[in-house]
Amino acid sequence: MTAAAVDTAPARSMLDQDWRKLINWGLIVALSQVFIALSNMPVKLDDRILLEPVLSLGYLSILWLPAVVGYSVGKEKMLEGVVARAKGIADIFAGALVGLIGGGGLSLLVVLIDNFDLRDPLVNWSPQTLEVLTFDGSVASGVLIWLLVGAGLGAVGGALLVLPDLARRVVRSIALVLLAVSILESVIRDLSEKPQLEGVTDWIYFIRGGLAIKGAIAIAIVTAAYVLFGHARVRETRASFQALEGPARTKANTVVIAVGGVLLLVLPMLVGKITNELLANVGLFVLLALGLNIVVGLAGVLDLGYVAFFAVGGYTTAVLTSPNSPGYSPELPWFLVVFVVVVLAGLSGLLIGAPVIRMRGDYLAIVTLGFGEIIRLLFLSDWLSGWTGGAQGITRVPGVQVFGLATVRGTDPKAVFYLVMVFCAIAIYISWRLERSRLGRAWMAIREDESVAEAMGINTVNVKLMAFVVGAVLAAFSGAIFAAKVGAVFPQSFIILVSIIILVVVIVGGMGNIVGVIAGAVVLIGVLGGPSQPGLLQEFSEFKLLIYGALLVWMMLKRPEGLIPNVRRSRELHQDEFLQDAWLKGELDTDDDGGEVAPA
Amino acid sequence: MSGERLLDIRNLSVTFGGLNALHDLNFHVDEGEIVSVIGPNGAGKTTFFNMISGMVRPTSGNILFEGESLVGLDPNQVTARGIARTFQNVRLFANMTILENVMVAQHCRTKQGVWGALFQSSAFRREEQAIREHGEKVLGFFGNRLVGYRLDQPASVLSYANRRRLEIARAMATGPKLMLLDEPVAGMNPKESEELTGLIGKLRSEWGFTIVMIEHDMKVVRDVSDRVVVLDHGETIAQGSYEQVSTDPGVIEAYLGRPAEESS
Repeated sequence: MTAAAVDTAPARSMLDQDWRKLINWGLIVALSQVFIALSNMPVKLDDRILLEPVLSLGYLSILWLPAVVGYSVGKEKMLEGVVARAKGIADIFAGALVGLIGGGGLSLLVVLIDNFDLRDPLVNWSPQTLEVLTFDGSVASGVLIWLLVGAGLGAVGGALLVLPDLARRVVRSIALVLLAVSILESVIRDLSEKPQLEGVTDWIYFIRGGLAIKGAIAIAIVTAAYVLFGHARVRETRASFQALEGPARTKANTVVIAVGGVLLLVLPMLVGKITNELLANVGLFVLLALGLNIVVGLAGVLDLGYVAFFAVGGYTTAVLTSPNSPGYSPELPWFLVVFVVVVLAGLSGLLIGAPVIRMRGDYLAIVTLGFGEIIRLLFLSDWLSGWTGGAQGITRVPGVQVFGLATVRGTDPKAVFYLVMVFCAIAIYISWRLERSRLGRAWMAIREDESVAEAMGINTVNVKLMAFVVGAVLAAFSGAIFAAKVGAVFPQSFIILVSIIILVVVIVGGMGNIVGVIAGAVVLIGVLGGPSQPGLLQEFSEFKLLIYGALLVWMMLKRPEGLIPNVRRSRELHQDEFLQDAWLKGELDTDDDGGEVAPA
Repeated sequence: MSGERLLDIRNLSVTFGGLNALHDLNFHVDEGEIVSVIGPNGAGKTTFFNMISGMVRPTSGNILFEGESLVGLDPNQVTARGIARTFQNVRLFANMTILENVMVAQHCRTKQGVWGALFQSSAFRREEQAIREHGEKVLGFFGNRLVGYRLDQPASVLSYANRRRLEIARAMATGPKLMLLDEPVAGMNPKESEELTGLIGKLRSEWGFTIVMIEHDMKVVRDVSDRVVVLDHGETIAQGSYEQVSTDPGVIEAYLGRPAEESS
């Protein structure tokens, strides 16, 4: 550490701690662990072995907390001009203390549920909770183990800070890769089937699930080798790519997009049915999220009833194509119906939009929320059940006949995925072109300041309505494919939760950015799953909404602009930092006659 | 040059609750005039602008622009008729670039919609090109301050004076006949306000705009106005040339108050 002493402040002594912060974080860990334990996640996921025979997903759901918080509690915010502090024993101690308090919380819980019957207030509690929490031993040994494990993992987290940069990167990468490989076991097995790589997966994984120790070690070695030797080269390539400008950049971008497109075309052929099903679901939500992105991300109209248009698309398709449609059943081909869907979705966008669009902000959000429910209840109601089948819905929606060449239906997820991709491509094109048009600029202006936009001659009602209609059409596309894929529509497929989840996808992904929205859908729908669709982590499906909520809160605190943000939006959310950066780079405008005039 | 009556305001009143923000106001602007509206704080000047631009509805009275009533029109319709305004507390689209700020202001003078953008029709591309060129031309009015590398920077990096200039440029871009400038030189140093005074004259001579301006800086008012209207408590208390108004006892009283011995 002495070598680095030039630009780092000396390490703290062990007892020189910010006690208040440590206790705060310790209590946060304790509360979160108790909450997770009481949600019954450890019990439900205990059967899912990650690392045979040491670790199950159930235990991991609790144990990650002390390690991660033990690490992050010692991190410091680096501001311009602040000298970094050398890390040392104090950080390990801080991590251990945080972990210890967390373990203390769990111990308290163990003692409590051993002595009191908590089944009444806590519906998720089961006798196995105690078994899992005491490691099938006595209460005393359980308490002891939690305290030791908590402190130990906290210390490990803190110790990570002490390691030199490269070593820390290696450890972190190994942990993440091991986690991914063990959690994604079923997908990796599925992927390895086609290229005849089952030998490899059988060697890595234990026969009844979970990584085998030898497999884990092998993966750790490969990861470490990559970080040590391959990573720098990858980073260089990326940096040189980002340094490109002008036509060279455009060319490089085209190449990247083309390669990505080809990969997407090839991907479904390489993976099995389950993964294809997943891809198709992700695609449906990408389409929905792209549509909502136009409404919320570009025009800034917070629509909480977006599912209504998804429902309009689904029901229109079902009524017009299904032989089982109760009222009117023309059994038209799907590709013809899509045109009707566009018209009806546009009309319903106008119909719902016209009365609500004059409102602003929260009022508009609440009214759209109401309209979303109204549409679902209409389809469910006696009034329309003659056409829509009420609660029974409409079944036997036929697949999509692609010019007599193939039929796209739910039993063939690969074909569904290709169909979805076509419509996603259309949606991306629409978003991209509109954003860079007269209309897109008007949306931006409205999002920034609606009154001024109006004073600058923009008919805000018309322009916002246009966003509503375009969004509605994209959602209806998704609904039309959804109906053909599932082969039936029911009112409960169009509950309010769908709207909320699409909105979360848009927010987490990065409002106003096409790539961000797609990333959001892949991460959330692909990994966690949609409202009724399983994701990669099928084990978590029961706790999906819990995780969605936690993720949303965390995002709002740490990265409100989303995973891949829109440039303008992040400027808006981080105006101070942006202006500071501009000032440091000398881009900030000072008046040419010298005197800097104080801003208003 | 001046002649036709462009804006004619008759018996205009507005009340907020019980407060008479403007009371029975009569006002007119002829084409090609530069008129300054002055008055102490709270005299109703900004309300007056808000009413012309459609952001506030008058309680009674009429606003005629080119002989047609503006009462009941939305702000965007007023702008489309040819009245543009700036704001006292600069209200730019801070996260849009400087060029985008003036491009978006041409919304009501252009008409390409969804289909043009989706199919990149030649009409669409021509119009985009024209919008861009007109935007750059308008920005060029302020010399090299807002052009060049600045075009693609967000408006938030601009200095205060340049934000004021960009606001004027944005108003120019809407293609108005009448411009309402709300304290255009507020916060500028003497040199900058002198320069802007010259530019306001050019707005008329080169661009043919008629201008109504609220201003506190008497030097600017004196140098640029054909006519000065004084508002106090929502009423016109004087109007005429700068010299007439500045010596009017009613105006001096409104600004400085009544001498102590007279008020008793």
